[in-house]
Amino acid sequence: MIGLQHFLVVSAILFVMGVLGIFLNRKNVIIILMAIELILLSVNINLVAFSAYLHDLVGQIFAMFVLTVAAGEAAIGLAILVIYFRGRGTIAVDDINQMKG
Amino acid sequence: MIQLLVFLPLFAAAVAGLGNRMIGNTIAKLVTTGGLFVSCALAWPIFIGFLTGANHAYVAPVLSFIHSGDLQVDWALRVDALTAVMLVVVTSVSALVHLYSWGYMAEDDSQPRFFAYLSLFTFAMLMLVTADSLIQMFFGWEGVGLASYLLIGFWYQKPSANAAAIKAFVVNRVGDFGFSLGIFGTFLVFGTVSIPAILSAAPHMAGSTIGFLGGRVDTMTLLCLLLFIGAMGKSAQLGLHTWLPDAMEGPTPVSALIHAATMVTAGVFMVCRLSPMFETSHVAMTVVTVIGACTCFFAATVGTTQTDIKRVIAYSTCSQLGYMFFAAGVGAYGAAMFHLFTHAFFKALLFLSAGSVIHAMHHEQDMRYYGGLRKHIPLTFWAMIAGTLAITGVGVAGIFGFAGFYSKDAIIEAAFASGTQAGGFAWALGVFAALLTSFYSWRLIFLTFFGEPRWAASEHIQHAAHDAHGHHGHDDHAHDHAHAHAAHGHDDHGHDAPAEEDAGHEPKADTRGFTEVEHGTLGYHPHESPWTMAVPLVLLSVGAVFAGFLFAPAFLGEHFWQGAIAYSEELHEKAEHLPTLVGLAPTIVMLLGLSIAYWAYMVNTSIPGRFAKTFGGLYRFLLNKWYFDELYDFLFVRPAFALGRFFWKRGDEGTIDRFGPDGVSKLVVVGNRITARVQSGYVYTYALVMLLGLAGIATWAITR
Repeated sequence: MIGLQHFLVVSAILFVMGVLGIFLNRKNVIIILMAIELILLSVNINLVAFSAYLHDLVGQIFAMFVLTVAAGEAAIGLAILVIYFRGRGTIAVDDINQMKG
Repeated sequence: MIQLLVFLPLFAAAVAGLGNRMIGNTIAKLVTTGGLFVSCALAWPIFIGFLTGANHAYVAPVLSFIHSGDLQVDWALRVDALTAVMLVVVTSVSALVHLYSWGYMAEDDSQPRFFAYLSLFTFAMLMLVTADSLIQMFFGWEGVGLASYLLIGFWYQKPSANAAAIKAFVVNRVGDFGFSLGIFGTFLVFGTVSIPAILSAAPHMAGSTIGFLGGRVDTMTLLCLLLFIGAMGKSAQLGLHTWLPDAMEGPTPVSALIHAATMVTAGVFMVCRLSPMFETSHVAMTVVTVIGACTCFFAATVGTTQTDIKRVIAYSTCSQLGYMFFAAGVGAYGAAMFHLFTHAFFKALLFLSAGSVIHAMHHEQDMRYYGGLRKHIPLTFWAMIAGTLAITGVGVAGIFGFAGFYSKDAIIEAAFASGTQAGGFAWALGVFAALLTSFYSWRLIFLTFFGEPRWAASEHIQHAAHDAHGHHGHDDHAHDHAHAHAAHGHDDHGHDAPAEEDAGHEPKADTRGFTEVEHGTLGYHPHESPWTMAVPLVLLSVGAVFAGFLFAPAFLGEHFWQGAIAYSEELHEKAEHLPTLVGLAPTIVMLLGLSIAYWAYMVNTSIPGRFAKTFGGLYRFLLNKWYFDELYDFLFVRPAFALGRFFWKRGDEGTIDRFGPDGVSKLVVVGNRITARVQSGYVYTYALVMLLGLAGIATWAITR
């Protein structure tokens, strides 16, 4: 029987992969965006799992919201990336250190 | 009227000082000098009123000042006989010095400033002498100190003038510290700073004791000695005298006004003003007598060896102040004030004459380069003679005498008549100092006005004569050049600077014959001063000649003072009936001093040099002013510098700065360098930090 714990474990694994994806990756900003998506999805899994477990639909509705926001976020993030690539000619993470004072 | 008299100089000083270059030299000079002459014209009627007995003491209130608990101080002008004397002295000398400065300072760039300072000084001095409370006296006291500082350092481009100004101020601080302690103590004991209240209460406090520095001391003795320390500082008495000779760095009119006639006598005035208070303490009176006598003797000995004309007169001033103090010390306050009065005239005269000589000699002040000036500047010569006759006390009892004859003799007689040990000591030193006074005064005259001209070796004169050759004189010297002929080509042999020894005559007399003497002038002929300088000389000469003769009965009697100073009938009585020899002693030593000076500087001019060689130790001791400056340098200045350097290097830089501001800034720099590494600029680093922070907060929120 697949219980709540299994969902939570999968979710946690996805979350940790997402987080590590953000700061362990040295390649490319797109991967960061994907990692963020991963984190959001792990949250979605949590929401849906608890919703089913507690027989409360609110969680699933929230999951819908999160998906919407994630879609918007991805769209904006990719748009920024395109503009950034035009300006700089690169989207490699190691080359993006303009935030140093 | 008295308000106008006192505040007119302040007003004039404000106009001249604030207007400065805006109103120009002439207006500034007119306002200040005119103001002073008006003040002077107002002062004489007051004095004459007291002389005739028509005036009586009164107090003119001006403004309320401090009303706080027991402390009630008001600005008020007190006019009594004592004040009247000082008013006349201050305003007369000041007015004449203002006029004199028209000529003396004619070439200066900042005349409005000079005249503003002079008037400011006069105002402060008038506030001092009209003081009704010790606080107001202290105000005037510090005011004259400030003006003195400003005027000594008037030529601020000269480092030596700045040093002298600072020295005068710092040495006076020592005295003022005693004075202010004295005022605090007086307020503590009497609960008031009003002078009349203190004086009337003083006799009741005699014999009481007060805790001081952990011991019990006699109240009145302590207060009087503290106040006397203030007087010592201001009046340059032995121990705190070192600033006065250095103060000669200031312009000569300043020396005449401040460092001879008025400010330095403030100490004597203060002791006389508080005389009922000093009368209550035998110890304090003895100290005043001894210090006065020692100063009188010390300064006279040093005066005999100095070669700078102004320094000789400065030491002479110091010595005469000693006379005044020991007169006050033996209880002859009338004689002290009388000598203050006459001294103001003849010493101002001597200084202004010296200024005239210096003016004629292109700011050469060394007497060794003078000589034979009698024919070139006759008016100055006769003025100086009048001053010298007055200071040495020439006169015949019962007929006529010059000013000093009456006042100085009265002091010396009073010292003898007092009959105390200190009085006897003062008498002996006073008589000996009178001998020295006569000697150095005539030495000055003989070196300056008699003999052959010796100024060829003077740099100042060489400079002046040189300018005349090239016909490119500066504007400010134009007047002189008109008088300086083109000199014959002179060779330099025999024009060495006079030897170290005292006798300026000697090298010339030995090395050149009569025909070469003309070379001694370098073709330069000193010129008489303009009328603005001559008029004060003439007027002061009149004062120096007649002041003693005219005013002796009033000053030495009781009636004139109307109780303004303590008066002892007994002392007066005794001074009237002295042994004949004692009465004649000052005159005898005066003639002795004159003959020695004549013999050594006119007849046999090799004597001073031989004397200096034979008694080299004594000579150097005197030439170096008893090594007071060196002693103070060793005792105070150098330890103070060492202590200062210790606190600066070790205390401030080594401890406070190192662990304080510098330490903190270094800590911040190092800390920043470490934390700066965190700011890599990479997004993922920031994301990691954010995550760690979030995790931390979450942990805290859960486990709380």
